Amino acid sequence: MAVCAAVGCRSADPASTLAQIRARGVLTYGADLQGGEPYLYEDPKDPSHLLGFEVDIMDALARRLGVRAQMKQYAWSNLVPSLQRGDFDIAMNGLEATADRAQQITLSTPYFVYAETLAVRRGAPYHTLADLAGKRVGTLNQTVAHDILRAQPVEPVLYEGNEEPYADLVQQRTEAVLLDNIIARRYGCIPSKPEVVCLDGDVALGTYVIGTRKTDPELAKAIDEAIAAMRADGELERILRKANLWDARQTGPFPEVAPDAGVRARSFDFEQAKLFAEGAGYTLFISLLAFLLAVPIGMLLAVARVYGGPLARGAARVYVELFRGTPVLLQLYVLYYGLAPWWSLGPVTAAILGLGLNYGAYEAEVYRGALLGMPRGQTEAAKALGLGPWQTLWHVLVPQAMRLALPPMTNDFVSLLKDSSLVSVITVIELTKRMTIAAVDLRGWLVPGLACALLYLALSVPLSELARRLERRLARDQRPHAL
Amino acid sequence: MISVRTLCKAHGARAVLTNVSAEVTKGETIAIVGPSGGGKSTLLRCLNALDTFDTGEVVIAGVTLRPRSGGAGETLRALRTRVGMVFQQFHLFPHLTVQANITLAPRVVRNVAPAVAARRAHELLDRVGLADRWDAYPHELSGGQQQRVAIARALAQDPEVLLFDEPTSALDPEMRGEVMAVIRDLAAGGMTMLVVTHEMHLATEIATRVWVIDRGGIAEDGPPAQVVEAPKSQVAKDYFGRLRK
Repeated sequence: MAVCAAVGCRSADPASTLAQIRARGVLTYGADLQGGEPYLYEDPKDPSHLLGFEVDIMDALARRLGVRAQMKQYAWSNLVPSLQRGDFDIAMNGLEATADRAQQITLSTPYFVYAETLAVRRGAPYHTLADLAGKRVGTLNQTVAHDILRAQPVEPVLYEGNEEPYADLVQQRTEAVLLDNIIARRYGCIPSKPEVVCLDGDVALGTYVIGTRKTDPELAKAIDEAIAAMRADGELERILRKANLWDARQTGPFPEVAPDAGVRARSFDFEQAKLFAEGAGYTLFISLLAFLLAVPIGMLLAVARVYGGPLARGAARVYVELFRGTPVLLQLYVLYYGLAPWWSLGPVTAAILGLGLNYGAYEAEVYRGALLGMPRGQTEAAKALGLGPWQTLWHVLVPQAMRLALPPMTNDFVSLLKDSSLVSVITVIELTKRMTIAAVDLRGWLVPGLACALLYLALSVPLSELARRLERRLARDQRPHAL
Repeated sequence: MISVRTLCKAHGARAVLTNVSAEVTKGETIAIVGPSGGGKSTLLRCLNALDTFDTGEVVIAGVTLRPRSGGAGETLRALRTRVGMVFQQFHLFPHLTVQANITLAPRVVRNVAPAVAARRAHELLDRVGLADRWDAYPHELSGGQQQRVAIARALAQDPEVLLFDEPTSALDPEMRGEVMAVIRDLAAGGMTMLVVTHEMHLATEIATRVWVIDRGGIAEDGPPAQVVEAPKSQVAKDYFGRLRK
């Protein structure tokens, strides 16, 4: 039993999940802290302590079951598959009731009624979703709002956090944001963002529910009863009022479960293949341009470090340490969101620039090594022929250093190809992001994962073959000697 | 053509060149010989500013070199287009074909039109006996052939003086002859040359004058008949005695 508890096995145990919960005295629920205020978030004064109206609801609900609630951190878009896998007892984090989810898991009675709210820039000529045809509209990945947008002739722009969609709206990178009213009122139309207005009129109504596994009807029933009791004795209202979330919508009648919008992929069909190919196209395009940027940056830095004066040497060294020593993810965030008030870049431009600047630091070290490896005689021969320092570099040293650098450069390019998946944090839907979207739509990682892997290989293998041929052609005199 | 006046150079406390003075007139071929570590190569390298010196002065092909004159771009450029250098290890550019090795400096340094530079390269290759190898890469050539390309490369700048730093020392004996033949041909053509060498043949038959350099100074300076056949200094006697064995 101890082993069983440790590894968290479920179906093997004859006792139901509810009995197990009672036995261990803990009800675990999957949620994502990135959802943030007011759902659930770390107490700024004590990060080990969680706050939020969902935390309050969970505590009350657990108390009514005679146990304690414990949060488990999971990426929001993976809450349902993780619940199905048995990683926690219930999923509870702004989970909208949808027909699609109802097929996969059991949905509880609602604990909150939300409204999809459209936010636009003040003075923008948009009043309804219909006005936004062909425009970029931000939302969160895998939400009902995302499905609504997919059914409209707009271009959905996907985010993982609540701040970013509205930041991009202010930066005019999108024309509108469609999200639940909770998020819109807390992150969008707030005094510190005077540019953003939330349009009146709910685009759609929906409910937040608690998800349980289909194999746990007892637990589902217990949760429904607990929520109903909380609603009846006013505890739910108290909790929602405390979070300033109580409104007329909460007294019912509750809206229908959002019907299947028919926009999610159901199988890996031709349409999916096309989307994957498009994602691979972005991956290749961004990687190629980023590398084309990284090579000259690296070359300049390497020359500065090897041949420059103290100032150039120091500056190049600071650059290399700065870009190599901090995560590229952070650099992308700073470039795209951090600098936006002064320098608003498009997502693809920011992706290319961010990866290019970062890989420039790595290329610099590759070229520096290659330049240091140049025989002194080459420089002397060039000098003796009258070539100046720059001519010596350009005509004699750099071409030879590039030949030496070719194998590590190929390495770096393949690595860049894969690192380019990080640019999804700045809303570019490249290959890996496409795969994660498809995996949720198709409710499985295997097929999209394999397709994704094959496409990455299809990009990297020909490139390393090309590099191999180039190497053979350029480095004719650098064949290995027998040992 | 070359005037060396009271040249001194030291590496830290160790004197490398001590008060060297010499004159070379146009068309002379000087064989510079002497024991290893005596300062032969350093003297040669001071003449085209690959090394600097501490005191004294060098006037070569109309360019005046002063102590520690490392930089001075325009002076250096003028000096190096007028003074060619051939190295012991050839130092051809491995990424360039024979023709590109020869035409690089004329094109880049003197802005000679590529077609003109290429024509001149083919003339020079013909002269060193490698007319058919213009599109080869250095690693495809033998050592002797590489050194002949290196000579053609130096000649392509139309220098007034050619400096050779042990041009045959890295070669197998059977390849030394082909390089020596080119040097002999250049001497016959009236090129002013200084050749650091251990080849007796060059010192006796090609050189117009021989310098024996030892411990940073010119120990003996005269025509081969005098210096090689009847050396006065002990160092020259020992040196040639060893070579003849």
